[in-house]
Amino acid sequence: MHELSLCADLMDQVTALAKTHQAEKVVRIVVKIGPLAGVEPHLLESAFTISCAGTLAEEAEFITESLPIRVLCNVCAAETEAPRSNHLLCGECASANTQLLSGDELILAQVELLN
Amino acid sequence: MCNTCGCNVTDGNRHLLSIPHQQKSVTAITVLSNLLKHNDQQADQNRASIESHGVLAINLMSSPGSGKTALLEATIQKLKHKLSIAVIEGDLETENDADRIRAQGVQAYQITTGTACHLDAHLIQQALTHIRLDEIDVLFIENVGNLVCPASFDLGHHRNVTLLSVTEGDDKPAKYPVMFRASDVMLITKTDLLPYLGDFSVEKAIRYQHELASQAPVLALSSRSGEGFDAWLQWLEQEVSQHKIRIQQQQSIKPTIQAEGQQLHQQEPVRFRPVARA
Ligand SMILES: Nc1nc2c(ncn2[C@@H]2O[C@H](COP(=O)(O)OP(=O)(O)OP(=O)(O)O)[C@@H](O)[C@H]2O)c(=O)[nH]1
Ligand SMILES: [Mg+2]
Ligand SMILES: [Zn+2]
Repeated sequence: MHELSLCADLMDQVTALAKTHQAEKVVRIVVKIGPLAGVEPHLLESAFTISCAGTLAEEAEFITESLPIRVLCNVCAAETEAPRSNHLLCGECASANTQLLSGDELILAQVELLN
Repeated sequence: MCNTCGCNVTDGNRHLLSIPHQQKSVTAITVLSNLLKHNDQQADQNRASIESHGVLAINLMSSPGSGKTALLEATIQKLKHKLSIAVIEGDLETENDADRIRAQGVQAYQITTGTACHLDAHLIQQALTHIRLDEIDVLFIENVGNLVCPASFDLGHHRNVTLLSVTEGDDKPAKYPVMFRASDVMLITKTDLLPYLGDFSVEKAIRYQHELASQAPVLALSSRSGEGFDAWLQWLEQEVSQHKIRIQQQQSIKPTIQAEGQQLHQQEPVRFRPVARA
């Protein structure tokens, strides 16, 4: 249940932004969560419902977007999509020497403010 | 330009609009910051203060009861005359683990998290004020026993050690990829129990770990019998000596996975983009 602590950090950032831009309220929040972030989008959504109470983001629409897991092979240079989060080998040559291109995002992507 | 009212709506940003053409103006701000920005900033401060004392910080993560405290007790016993160690313990309740460590004659500070299932950088910052860093080489942080939550939080440490005890089954890396992918070294513990289990395959556990594209070494050991312990001590001593060299050269490291993530999501500056005007 670390989603609540994540949300606390998120709310700090969002309300700080709203203040900086002298917004009346926050209309929409978009976060990107990769499958390898270790965060359940629907748990984060419920955490948001709790954390937003009494803040400028109380009525904000909360959107979570996912991204595919993509790996770049350091051996054959292929870029492939991983079939599941526990299989991150190269899709071409099966090498374990890969690096993640996307899939572990835990990002506050966008905030829409009403002025 | 938008044909209706002359606002800045284009085909490129139209989809960003949630409340088009209303009386007041909506401003969309592209942020692209880590959700855990505040935690990560605190973690970087912790790391800097730990490094200013030349100390290496290691985070231990596993399910409850995998043998984290037992590993620390045995490690302290075996390295007593070579390395100076301190431990920060994280548990929901009790001072038990810190008491066990103090019984080995080293500094220990217990964090009790109450209901929180993981440690975070702010908890570590407070705990650090209770540790005499200038007296030690290595600071172990024993995280709360949990295979999910601790993996998301940078504490300001340098290396992640994950433990998988043989009674948990060999497929844990496949079931908890986020946690085990974070390993800088993975320890298969309680190997003295292998003869009683029969179906735990060390090879299978290694294969599941390999499928996470993890470059971390996998070491099998028993804190009880001491079997396989030398390879672990060797890994640890090597990390300590490499760390001392890095510190002399004023270099810093993060756990492999956090460093990778940072590279992947190079923070862009906050951009301010008005998309609608009344
Ligand atoms: N047979 C055997 N038992 C072990 C070994 N290591 C730990 N244990 C036992 O496993 C139990 C749990 O060990 P701990 O060291 O307390 O585990 P832990 O991971 O620190 O547990 P939490 O802090 O509660 O998450 C204890 O009863 C230990 O004696 C081992 O190598 N072999
Ligand atoms: Mg313990
Ligand atoms: Zn390849």
